[in-house]
Amino acid sequence: MPKRPKSPESDHPKVKGGPEESGRKQAGLGRRDFVKLVGGTGVAVTAGVLTKEALLPAESNAQAAAGRRGIGPGPVNITLRVNGEDKDVAVEPRVTLLDVLRDRLHLTGAKKVCDRGTCGACTVIVSGKAIYSCTMLAIDAANSSADILTIEGLAPEGQLHAVSAAFVDNDAQQCGFCTPGFVMACKAYLDAQPNPTYEQVKAALGGNLCRCGTYVGVRKAVLDAAMRMKGGRS
Amino acid sequence: MADYRWPEAGKRSLIGKRISRLDGPVKSSGRVKYTYDVDRPNMLYGKMVLSPYAQATIKSIDTTAAEKMPGVKAVQVMREPGTEILWAGQEVVAVAAETEEQARDAARRVVVNYEKLPHLVRDVEPAKAGDRAKPAAEQTEGDPDKAFQEAEVTVEGQYGCSVITHCCLEAHGQATEWEGDNLTVWASTQNVSGIGGEFATGLKIPAGNVRTLTPVMGGGFGSKFGADTWGVACAQLAKKAGRPVKMMLERDHELMVAGARPSIHAKVRVGAQKDGTITAWSSESWGTGGMGTGGSPRLPYVFRIPNQRKRHTAVLTNIGPVRAWRAPNHPQLCLITMAALEDLAAKLGIDPVEMFLKNIGMTGELSKVYAAELQKAAELIEWQKKWHPRGDKAPGVIKRGLGISLHTWGGGGHPSNCACAIHPDGSVEVSLGSQDLGTGTRTVIAIIAAETLGLPLEAVKVNIGDSHYPQSGGSGGSTTVGGVSASTRRATTNALNELLAKMAPSLGVENDQLEAVGGRIQVKGNPSKGMSWKQACAKLGTTPINATGQTSITTPTGPSARDLISSGVGGVQMAEVAVDIETGVVKLEKLVAVQDCGLIIDLKTAESQVYGGCIMGVCYALYEEKIMDEQTGRCLNPDMEFYKLAGIADIGELVVHMMTGPGYDERGVIGLGEPPVISSGALTPDKVLAALEKGGAA
Ligand code: FES
Ligand code: FES
Repeated sequence: MPKRPKSPESDHPKVKGGPEESGRKQAGLGRRDFVKLVGGTGVAVTAGVLTKEALLPAESNAQAAAGRRGIGPGPVNITLRVNGEDKDVAVEPRVTLLDVLRDRLHLTGAKKVCDRGTCGACTVIVSGKAIYSCTMLAIDAANSSADILTIEGLAPEGQLHAVSAAFVDNDAQQCGFCTPGFVMACKAYLDAQPNPTYEQVKAALGGNLCRCGTYVGVRKAVLDAAMRMKGGRS
Repeated sequence: MADYRWPEAGKRSLIGKRISRLDGPVKSSGRVKYTYDVDRPNMLYGKMVLSPYAQATIKSIDTTAAEKMPGVKAVQVMREPGTEILWAGQEVVAVAAETEEQARDAARRVVVNYEKLPHLVRDVEPAKAGDRAKPAAEQTEGDPDKAFQEAEVTVEGQYGCSVITHCCLEAHGQATEWEGDNLTVWASTQNVSGIGGEFATGLKIPAGNVRTLTPVMGGGFGSKFGADTWGVACAQLAKKAGRPVKMMLERDHELMVAGARPSIHAKVRVGAQKDGTITAWSSESWGTGGMGTGGSPRLPYVFRIPNQRKRHTAVLTNIGPVRAWRAPNHPQLCLITMAALEDLAAKLGIDPVEMFLKNIGMTGELSKVYAAELQKAAELIEWQKKWHPRGDKAPGVIKRGLGISLHTWGGGGHPSNCACAIHPDGSVEVSLGSQDLGTGTRTVIAIIAAETLGLPLEAVKVNIGDSHYPQSGGSGGSTTVGGVSASTRRATTNALNELLAKMAPSLGVENDQLEAVGGRIQVKGNPSKGMSWKQACAKLGTTPINATGQTSITTPTGPSARDLISSGVGGVQMAEVAVDIETGVVKLEKLVAVQDCGLIIDLKTAESQVYGGCIMGVCYALYEEKIMDEQTGRCLNPDMEFYKLAGIADIGELVVHMMTGPGYDERGVIGLGEPPVISSGALTPDKVLAALEKGGAA
């Protein structure tokens, strides 16, 4: 399980080589783990900031410097491991992983649609499992020492990963706004289930919504991508 | 006079083939930047303060606390004290700050005092709506009284559908940036060439000072034609702050205000002869389109029943602003009509396919198309084998039923201008101030240009999504493909003719003896006499060819469009639905859509449009409703958890069949955005009835 954020005495809540490293080996968060994560760490953090003065933002690290317990509400420095690179950012503890990816790291492939864990447009892969990045706090992603894979990390710019290529060929996208989320969900699904049947694919990716109605193409794309990934056609 | 007509069937190398959309790779790799993804240097984020009341007068606004909040750089009052609020979620103040979180915090510090006024947010029956009921004049055709008297069978029923919303996955919004008095707007819009004027009016600057950019956009469905109040406010914030501002609607705001599709309910009576001939229609309908009355709905749909009496009452409500929703009004009218007619067939004890065919003459010009489509759809869904009279006698708790629906849509082409440049290096650009909503517009333009110039698809660069390109219409009413097809065909033909005229002398032939085929300019009937496209273009020296083409009319009857585009399609859909009579769960098992749309440019994206339309239809038939709370006047489900859309597992099996080839191609290009969404939503209610009645409901 991911750990609680480090105490504010440390400038960087994520300390490499510390106990969190073990979290990384635990490869990934299931939906159930994720609920636990939010219910556990997430709430702990929130509870930490629900004091009267905490409701006023600003002073930020001054509190930390003064040796007070709890982090925030001002920005804290964290390091996220995204697409194989360490990224240092200063964010308020309340900021979601999605918002950090999009607004701070300029990785806008993950989309903000419902911002409430319903639509899947913000799907990224954290330590091997698909998660809704709008429902994970960035500090939790840092503290779980998670490997975060966004769609930008699937293939170098100008090249197409097998899943993305299957979405193109099967016209599994119209406006395309839901598509990066579907692609990431599909990647995680096929990593776990490399040989899906059509019956399985009919309901796979049920955690993603598309308004344009591309599901028929998506079903075909998932099967096609499975073949490509096996055939090494990426 | 140049000959712009489409190439004959045997001579088309790209038109009508299955071609993957050109912007597919940048979309599915997550690289393309939507409006929501725009990130300008120094950009601020905007958030809005919304009215919690459905109807109220703004008494006072105090922004002092908000202005002092960390990170705040500008505050803009959007509605002054004294103005009236007409729906919950209406915007009052906008705030721009360094981060989204700071902007949200600051918006919460704005203090607005309202005087709350009475509201109505439900589309109640007119009798319960008081002075908010606005009856329209009764309409009659033929002699309905006599027809009903003489009818051997009559059937009555009440049908309807609720208010739904667009729920575009990319929320409404824009980023704005000033350079002096010039404004650049990145907007998620269906109307690249059109919204600049609205920004200019709102900001009191010349229209020419506004540039709109929309390289891609994340869905509109009819709700994204205007600059909107938040667009103007975003530009005002940017002006005040002296920095770019991006302001996208939050999901709750989006679902509350960014588009309501009017509801309609109707008490219907239909009269017929025992042999199935429909003779009379009467309907008492009502519904809400927010605070507007709209017109009288054109019931009955598709079938022009000879004797009719119709009364409609608009109920004014504070449900939110109505916006065009894919195929405006048709889905609602279709649902009511098809449900009533299938009830009639059930009462007559006739197979509805038979009854529809018997009355097909009432569909007018398209009757032959409908007859062919009915037959095709029946075959694809195995109607003969699966259909049974109302009430599924099969054992078990799962009951099944089949149903049919017919629809129609106009289309035509909107005004469109296209510029085609052929450069001396052989490269080609076509530029239009149009937009691709995900419908495949960009791909269609490229196909037409490449086909016309005899080039491969990759040789053509399509420039759209920028208001600096030649003006092209907004994408609504399935008019885009018509508009851009005709203008692109003309512009590229004109450009090619100029090139051919320059090459003809050196080849020793007249211009009209030359053709552009397979990347070559050559003499017709003598392919060896010619040169490669590159060689030909090199002869242009330093001067590129710049030619234009226009679609100048909105009706297909004008002389300039007749050869290329037209309007008026049919379309038949059939569905099989299963109902679990213990749980009440309704499932779509199979849906068959048979659709004509004239000459198809790209079969692949055309089919996707139909699949997409069907799925949207399934969404509103089974899942969607904007649920309003009369007590508070607010929307109860402004999130995607409770504003339900169908997921991938909810759509059953879908089969799409496009009517193409002789009899269809000659009609020219006709738009496809609206038609397929109309019937799918109508298919379910009567199917459920069909499954339940008698055998089922027990
Ligand atoms: S934006 Fe995260 S699930 Fe919808
Ligand atoms: S392609 Fe538009 S929302 Fe899925």
